[in-house]
Amino acid sequence: MSRRTKKAKPSKESGQADVIELRLYIAGQTPRSLKAMANLKRICGNFLDGKYRIEVIDLVRQPQLAQGDQILAIPTLVRRLPPPIRKIIGDLSNVERVLVGLDLRDAPDSARMARV
Amino acid sequence: MANRTRPITQRLAATNQAHAEIGLGKAPTGIQGFDQISGGGLPKGRTAIVCGGPGCGKTMFGLEFLVRGARDFGEPGVLMGFEETPQEMTRNVASLGFDLADLVQKQKLFLDYIFLEPNEIRETGEYDLEGLFVRLQYAVETIGAKRVLLDTLEALFSGFSNPAILRSEVRRLFRWLKEKGLTTVVTAEQGDGTLTRQGLEEYVSDCVILLDDRIQDQVSTRRMRIVKYRGSSHGADEYPFLIDEHGISVLPVTTLGLNHAISDERVSTGVADLDAMMEGKGYYRGSSVLVSGTAGSGKTTVALQFAEAACRRGERCLYVGLEESTDQIIRNALSVGIDLEPWIQKGLLLHRAWRPSQFGMEMHLLHIHKLIDEAKPQSVVVDPITGLMNASTERTVQSMLVRLVDFLKENGITAVFTSQTKGGDDLEQTREAISSLIDSWILLRDIEQSGERNRCLYVLKSRGMAHSNQLREFLMTNEGVRLLPAYVGPGGVFTGSARLAQEARDKAEMLDRDQTIERKKQDLERKRRALEAEIEALRAEFAAEAVEMDNCSKQAEERNDNVERNREHMAQSRQVTPRDEEDEVPMNSKAAGGTP
Repeated sequence: MSRRTKKAKPSKESGQADVIELRLYIAGQTPRSLKAMANLKRICGNFLDGKYRIEVIDLVRQPQLAQGDQILAIPTLVRRLPPPIRKIIGDLSNVERVLVGLDLRDAPDSARMARV
Repeated sequence: MANRTRPITQRLAATNQAHAEIGLGKAPTGIQGFDQISGGGLPKGRTAIVCGGPGCGKTMFGLEFLVRGARDFGEPGVLMGFEETPQEMTRNVASLGFDLADLVQKQKLFLDYIFLEPNEIRETGEYDLEGLFVRLQYAVETIGAKRVLLDTLEALFSGFSNPAILRSEVRRLFRWLKEKGLTTVVTAEQGDGTLTRQGLEEYVSDCVILLDDRIQDQVSTRRMRIVKYRGSSHGADEYPFLIDEHGISVLPVTTLGLNHAISDERVSTGVADLDAMMEGKGYYRGSSVLVSGTAGSGKTTVALQFAEAACRRGERCLYVGLEESTDQIIRNALSVGIDLEPWIQKGLLLHRAWRPSQFGMEMHLLHIHKLIDEAKPQSVVVDPITGLMNASTERTVQSMLVRLVDFLKENGITAVFTSQTKGGDDLEQTREAISSLIDSWILLRDIEQSGERNRCLYVLKSRGMAHSNQLREFLMTNEGVRLLPAYVGPGGVFTGSARLAQEARDKAEMLDRDQTIERKKQDLERKRRALEAEIEALRAEFAAEAVEMDNCSKQAEERNDNVERNREHMAQSRQVTPRDEEDEVPMNSKAAGGTP
């Protein structure tokens, strides 16, 4: 995990190779979905420096897509690239946890984080 | 109250129909026996929980419900698996003859596998399980599903860390399923002291089914119980069930109560002399007969005669041998003049043999059930039921036999069971304690006397008929069984050569008596002849006297004639005038009158 984090950081300066591909699954324009979208945009803007792609999938319109990424919880953010796949569920209101979940930051104390 | 007289299954069916009309319908599962105890199946459009320990058959139950629904009842189904992938599931049930891939292709089944990897997921902020709903809805709408299986929903609880969200979502899920009118089966692991580990039964209150797998004497028996079924009558007992190559079979025989239709028809026992002891007609059709006796007392022969008689009538007979192989039975039957071979070839006699220890009681019962279902025999012989005792406990065997007897009676099948009484045991007590279930009980016993052992037979009981109370000597000849009236006298019961000896003694006595009578008869004859001779002599004497008398009167007449003639001569010689003659006449007639 830490190896990948180190690799991700220099990529901010170097080219397009390490674009983070994110997919946000929502189900209809619920307040929680809107909140998750807003949070995601803010985090990406603040920490990813333009090297990201966000795809929002509304399962109400495309329910068949839920099976592929094994989506149960809504909203779910999936980091499809770089591998491995990471999933973060919830409205993404905890910035710290989102960054850790996306492998953008080391977990300060993974045991404690898991409990919170 | 006409309802009362109908079998409970029909009553249940009627109730269900009534329920269907007012909204509480049933979705038949197609699981053999389950629809019977639940009165038609699972609650239609509602959720049922199937719970139990690991490996007790929960998934199997759910799958059979889905597959049979899709295949036999035109209700497509969705399988949401949390534990096994569709490929694994397909492989697992292929051995049961369920072709999931085929059903999926025909759009009758939708498989969705939900994979939960808690390590892969991080939670941040609020969420719900709308994704599950979306997937379920998508699946249901794709094939127009009426049935859903969630296997095992509780896996969710290990995938997410917020139990409060989970609980509310599970509750919402059940409500959603109900609103959509989906008949759902949710499988759940049994918890410690609770029906399900996560208390799912609190959310679903329509129907809870508990499955159980217990090991007793190293034999595993699966049992099923309907813990709860809102708004429906159902069997409340624990019902043993089996999973075999045709899926689940529940054995609900004891629910049927004592309502079976009975028959007045009689069927021959196959032994003419035994028929004679039972009003000359034999057993009642559909009754259960027990033939008990010590080793070698001829139980199997009596059973064989019955089987052969059934075949002779053109009926099918299932012969379950738990002691002897088919070939052995055929050979042994020949020795008493019963040729089974042609009946087997004609398909009328179905002989199946297996070891009592081959499997558990339930499997025995199921085996017999299946054979009966396939062959539809009018008669069944189980020879001997004692063998089962060695393979299991008394209680288990008894319960199995009760259900077997019930099942046979329900189907109007005449049954003959043989039971071996151990030497020294009370003869009139079967080890299986099923005597109360039995309609006719024929007891075979050996009588040891003057250095030999002879067989005796008597009818201990026979419900509903005036049966003979006689003890008969039981002979196995090469033309089958014969029953002879045993010699019963002041000296006791004599059989075999003792009977022959006694009969010889009787004969001698009889001869003696006959001779005496003959002698007396001759005496009498002699006397009669003497009497007749005497009569003859008297008659001869009388005749002689009569002749003498006759002679006397003749002489007298002649004398008179002579007198007359003399007088005429005298008158002629005297030349008497006619006047004188006239005077003389009265004098003459006076003289004549004195001599007649």
